This record gives sequence, structure tokens and C-alpha cells, in this order.
Amino acid sequence: MVAQDIALELPRGARHALIGPNGAGKTTLMNLMTGMLAPDSGQIFLDGSQITREKPDDRVKMGLARTFQINTLFPQLSALESVTLAVLEREGNAHNWWRGLPRFGAAIDEAQGILDSLKIPSKKETRELPYGQQRLLEIALALATRPKVLLLDEPAAGVPKDESAALFDAIDGLSRDLTILFIEHDMEVVFRFASRIIVMVGGRILVQGPPDEIARDERVREVYLGKARLAA
Amino acid sequence: MESADLHFQRKVRWHPLEIVFWLCTLLPFLVTPNYLSLASQIAITALFALSLDLILGYAGIVSLGHAAFFGVGAYTAGLLAKHYWSEPLTGLVLAALAAGLVGYATSHIIVRFRHLALIMLTMGFGLLLHEAANSASGLTGGADGLQGFKVPAVLGFRFDMFGRSAYAYSLAVLFVCFLVARRIVHSPFGLALRGIRENALRMPAIGAPSRAHLRKAYTIAAVIAGIAGALLTQTTSTVSLETLSFGRSADVLVILILGGAGRLYGGLIGAIIYMVARDQFSGLNPQYWYFWIGLLLVTVVMFLPNGILGGFARFFPRKT
Repeated sequence: MVAQDIALELPRGARHALIGPNGAGKTTLMNLMTGMLAPDSGQIFLDGSQITREKPDDRVKMGLARTFQINTLFPQLSALESVTLAVLEREGNAHNWWRGLPRFGAAIDEAQGILDSLKIPSKKETRELPYGQQRLLEIALALATRPKVLLLDEPAAGVPKDESAALFDAIDGLSRDLTILFIEHDMEVVFRFASRIIVMVGGRILVQGPPDEIARDERVREVYLGKARLAA
Repeated sequence: MESADLHFQRKVRWHPLEIVFWLCTLLPFLVTPNYLSLASQIAITALFALSLDLILGYAGIVSLGHAAFFGVGAYTAGLLAKHYWSEPLTGLVLAALAAGLVGYATSHIIVRFRHLALIMLTMGFGLLLHEAANSASGLTGGADGLQGFKVPAVLGFRFDMFGRSAYAYSLAVLFVCFLVARRIVHSPFGLALRGIRENALRMPAIGAPSRAHLRKAYTIAAVIAGIAGALLTQTTSTVSLETLSFGRSADVLVILILGGAGRLYGGLIGAIIYMVARDQFSGLNPQYWYFWIGLLLVTVVMFLPNGILGGFARFFPRKT
């Protein structure tokens, strides 16, 4: 997988959709942005400060969070434990080994609040949650880091269409200050949520612009044939 | 509906069975006064297994060289008693410090690897230390071990030939270290370790410095293993090369797997079963007792994948 000649700017509060055929380099781009892959060249800025060499966990602390296309959760922790851990890490309290967890009531309550807002049962072990709720927990974990920029890698991947509505309602309900970049294949969803669309093909950005412009773009139609025409 | 805070409190609270367990550790004084030196060995092995549980059961670091820290603690306490002074508590502290330093130094390499490479690395470090101690016979006594010192008493209690003080001392140290380990696993740091065990890939994505957490866990485990080694030195008045051996690393792993990793009590239960079985089987047939241990291990791993304690927990589930 490669990604090259990427020039991309995400204005605060914008909701960008990243689309393109399989193997276009969408997830690779997210891995580069979050530091899970190191770029051979180029620079990445967050809020004006360069983060190209920052470690993934430091980028999260600076406000750049992501979710994963394939559930990347903590199977034997409860949802509440998982999200509480993320809150404790953000607060810098996760290194504390001499105080019992019940004494971090504020962190626990905050985690419970995030889970409540997404309607995720908090006490069950993660592996016992239905798949759709595990997808929501992906988002809950990212939100617990209090991101400025949130990267969602196919948030509804694998969720049946009739259940994905709840998922996108949850995403729609996120704060408008939050900058969101999401990868999605369902064009209906893309055109409903995105204020801007970025089309990647073969590791490069083919075109980017507002939805109506993208819908009219001949090159995009060529790549997507029927799908884009339907949505337009 | 249980409140969010209660979800955590329930796990921290002492279970009645825990209290029963610790009361039972006092039974050897009354029931088997002739076996107090065995009881003391069991307590020391249990402490060693507890230290491995912190990294294996909670953080998911598989080590086949954990005896390195046990041995460093044992030799530190032995050299101190032989050449300087024989007061045991300061001996424990210095042994803990020495083992912790070695643990911290090696942790920087250990945390960069996982899976097979990690197992080989820990084993390699163990073998290195073992041979280093073997060849530095001027300091360590080499294959003959370290002898000719005596730890006379702890806090005024003399070590007698019946092993009464030795067991009391080992048990007290085990209990104190257990309280510390229990506090650690129920702390935010303990939760972070479980997070690493559950999904090392996700941890950086929630802003967790996994390697720093692992370095700390590895160092703490080394400290506790060092204390266990020092206890053995002080209660037996010898240090043998065996304290650093691969066999000891493998045994403690077997003990923890038998008992059940990631439950604190697994190593303790495992140590009791393993040591008593060894005592009994080797009495029957000194050459072939590993046969029975092998059989026990195969049976437990096949039918109780979470160890004896894991199987036990299935019959006594905690209220949820």
C-alpha cells in the first residue's frame, strides 16, 4: 500500500469523507496521520504544530484520535473499564499504581457519561457486546481522549444497513467543534454527512471538493460508475 | 442498576475466600509442624510466582528467564550476609534494589519485542547471568555456591532448626508483597497493564505509553522476584547456582500456568500444589517425579485452560 503526493487540509469542525476503491490507500493515509506508519517524506501539522515525528500516543494526547476498521478493542475488559482507561490515560493518571481505581470517581463518571450518550451497556465484557455496540465502543474510546480531530475508519464496517442508522445518528450528534475525517463506502451516508469529499485512487488524491462538485466530476464517475450517479 | 463506581469497588473488595486462604496459611504451624521448612519454601516459590504473574498474567509478557532476578536477589543477600552484615531486612531491601536495577536495565530491550522473540530474549538474559555467575567463582563460589554465612535472626526471632521463624518470616514477606501486588492490579496502572495484555495495538491509539508501562511492570516484577531470592538465601543460609538456572525459570512458569495466570492467587495455589506434589512424588520415586508434574500440566492445560483457579472460578462465579 502506498500513498503519495497527498496535500490535505482539514479546517476545524469540518466533516470530510475519504472515499475511493479498495487499495486506494485510505487506511494507509490514516496510519500516516496517526503515526502508526512513518512517512518517507512530507510533513503533518496539527493545530499549526508539526507532528510528523511524534509517537502515536503523543499525537493522541495532542488531540488526534482514530477508530479502526476492524474492531480493535479490549475483549476481556468491560466497556466501562476500557473507556475509563482511556480517560485515565488522557488525565495522566494511568501510571498511578498506589491508589485503588474506585478513588478515581470523576474519571469513571466521565466514562459512564460517554457510554450513556452512545447507549452502550457499560458493565458487560466487551467480547459479550453485540457487534454494532462494539463499533460504537470504538468511537467511545476515541472520544474519551477528547480529540480535536477524529479519524473514523469505516465506522459502520460490517454493520447491517438497518442497524447502521443508529451508528450514524451517534456520529451526527458529535460536537460541531470536532473535526472529522471518515472513510466510508456507502455513498448515501457519504453525501448525507460530508461537507467535503476527498477521492483517493491508487495512493493519490484524485480530487477533493464539496459533495455536489464531486458528484458531477467525470473522473469520479469513471471510478465509481453506477454508485456516484445514483447518489447524485 | 449498579452505579459506575460500584463496578470497580466490587473487584477491589476482599472476597471471603481470600480471608479463608490467608488464615489457612497459618495452619502449618499447628497441623504440620514438621514440614515448616517445606512451608517456607512454598511461600518463597509463591512469591516468585506472584512476581511472574504481574508481567505474564497482567501485562502479557511471557518470560523464560525470570530466575535471573530471583538469582540476583539471592546472591545479593548472600554476599551481603557473608561479607558485610547479616541483618535480614536490609538484606531484602538491597536485594530488591539490585534485582530492580537489573530488571530496569533489561526492560528497555524486553519491551521492544513480543511473542517468540520475547521468550528467546528473556531466556537468553537468564542464561547469560547463569553463566556469568558460574564463571565469576571468586565472587559467587561458582558451581559450589555461596556458603559459610548465617542469618541469625529477624527482628529478634532466631532462625531455629524447625523452621518456625523461617516460615513466619517468609509468610510475612509474602503477605506484604501480596498486598502491594493486589494494590497494583486494582490501580489505574493495573488496568493499563490489562489493556496492554488485551490489545497492545489499541493502547497507543488511546494515548497510552505502552512501553513505559511495560518497563515499570517489568521492573516491579524483578524487584519482587529479587525479594523472593533473598528470602531463600536468608532462610537456607546458602546460595546455589540453581537460583539462576533455566530450570527455575521454567518451573515458575509451570507453577503459574498450573495455578492460573492473571488472578494473583494462581501462583500461590500453583506453588502449593507443585511443591507438595514434588515433595510427595520424589519421596515415592526420586528420579521420575517430573513424569507426574508433566501429567498434571498436560491435564490442567487441556481441561482447565485458565489453570486450576480458573476452573475453580467457574464453579464459584462472582456476583455480577
